[in-house]
Amino acid sequence: MPRFAIWTILGLTLTFLIGPFLIVILAGASAGESLAFPPQGLSLKWYAKVFTVESFRASFALSLFLAVFGTLAALALGIPAAYALHRYDLLGAETIRTIVAAPIIVPGIIVGLALLRYFVVPLDVTITMALFVTHTALVMPYAVRVVSSSLNNLRADMEEAAVILGCTRLQAFTKVVLPNIRGGILAAFILGFIASFNEVPASLFLSGPGVRTLPIDMLSYMEITFDPSVAALSALLAFMSIAIVFIAERLLGFSRYV
Amino acid sequence: MSDAFVSLADVTLSYGQTVAVPDLNLEIREGELIALLGPSGCGKTTSMRAIAGLLTPVSGKIVIDGVDVTRTPANKRGIGLVFQSYALFPHLNAFENVAFGLRLKKLPNAEIRQRTEVGMATVGLTGFETRKPAEMSGGQQQRLALARSLVMEPKVLLLDEPLSNLDARLRLEMRNELQRVQKDTGITMVFVTHDQSEALALADRIVLMKDGKIEQLGTPAELYAEPRTTFAADFMGFENIFRVEGGTLVSEQGRLSLGFDAQERVLAWRPGGVVVGQGSHTGRVIASSFAGQYRSYVLDCALGQIKADVPIETPEVPIGEEVAFDLPKATARPLAT
Repeated sequence: MPRFAIWTILGLTLTFLIGPFLIVILAGASAGESLAFPPQGLSLKWYAKVFTVESFRASFALSLFLAVFGTLAALALGIPAAYALHRYDLLGAETIRTIVAAPIIVPGIIVGLALLRYFVVPLDVTITMALFVTHTALVMPYAVRVVSSSLNNLRADMEEAAVILGCTRLQAFTKVVLPNIRGGILAAFILGFIASFNEVPASLFLSGPGVRTLPIDMLSYMEITFDPSVAALSALLAFMSIAIVFIAERLLGFSRYV
Repeated sequence: MSDAFVSLADVTLSYGQTVAVPDLNLEIREGELIALLGPSGCGKTTSMRAIAGLLTPVSGKIVIDGVDVTRTPANKRGIGLVFQSYALFPHLNAFENVAFGLRLKKLPNAEIRQRTEVGMATVGLTGFETRKPAEMSGGQQQRLALARSLVMEPKVLLLDEPLSNLDARLRLEMRNELQRVQKDTGITMVFVTHDQSEALALADRIVLMKDGKIEQLGTPAELYAEPRTTFAADFMGFENIFRVEGGTLVSEQGRLSLGFDAQERVLAWRPGGVVVGQGSHTGRVIASSFAGQYRSYVLDCALGQIKADVPIETPEVPIGEEVAFDLPKATARPLAT
């Protein structure tokens, strides 16, 4: 392929990958009053304003809560599930794997609608609770998949060796299995955290007065106020994600697990 | 009853519905080095796992040092096991790998340190304490796994194919190492192998297994010189095995009359027991290879192929030529089946 074509393809790819991100950063740094690109002059006032919007603070707290505890709950369920699927010759293991992966295959909008119609309304569950359950379920596939792949790298006879040396089955798990899949667990946590934090479609249905995740709150903010603060907030969130992935890569070679 | 230190009485082992080892009876004396020898699938590893407690017998009794341990879980048996893959803990350094079992026993720190250091010195790994297993060579990993088992002072040390993952030079070194450790500690060892030369070189007694049963049990010298069955003979290097009918050897290819009277049902010769250059039979050389002290021939005769090792001093017979050979009575090993 001619050199010219290679550079064109590379250039286009980078433009479409990074371009929107740059546009958002610059749009947020506008000195003007409405969301526009190119920005009308430069200033950081919208980046500053983000922190003063009351609803953003509340929804950020909720999103953070869901991302942290939803992912922890998913790991609490997902690690034993991954271990059981890995270690035992379970009846219908393939079916279980498919069911566990379902939340990333089924469109979120359907998940959200179904949860609202058949879970929240009939059972009178609070929105926060419903969000927590939903995010846990949506993050589960990551937890099971990533932990499974690091379990696959672990030799089965290591646990037997631990037992021979005096461990109970549980001790063998905590002293030998867990330390050796630590990287996978951390990777699953980061993936789950980001997936939960950025989740829109299902959360769209699960919002009530004063209870909204950050992305949903940004959407509804934009419907009323069309100023550059949403762009500024988006840019800040993107920086947060990049920082997390960067630190994870540095600490444990994150890309090995994804 | 006997001086057995480890005894398996009518032990039946199975995986699900498949019986891997039916009614195994085996007695091992204290301080003995036993080899469980056989091809893959013969039940040798299964039997070893049963002694370790990783597999509970369907029926039968396992007694170690006078205690019935049939139902004792693996972590309470006081048995050591060196895995074929070593199964070292990758997240711990060499010292912590060896100290692992001692820490579980909640021994005082000073004792853990002292015993771990002695253990590592025993296998020549002093100075490697802070290395992770991944930073050690195959031979060092093997010795680390051995030290990890030895520091527990197990009643019996089991080794699963201990030399199979090492290259030829290390294998010899490790073989000597195992013998030395066994002599120094006096520990009862059972090792599993599919390599008859390994079993012959190391073991005090060899348990030759086939299809979950003991085919023959004896000292290396006994098994080498006096295999009782075709299977045992084949395993011990008798490469020429023929049925006998009257005074005639019979194979699928044809018949060859013996020069002597034989009542046995089967006769076997090692390649070294075949005489080439004289005798009443003739065969054509179809392969010939130099092997240092001797030359190995493959002869095509009425019985099919015969393997013969001939001292290097005798004149070489070119491939394609007819040559006289003999299957002498003196080197024939009679077999029961």
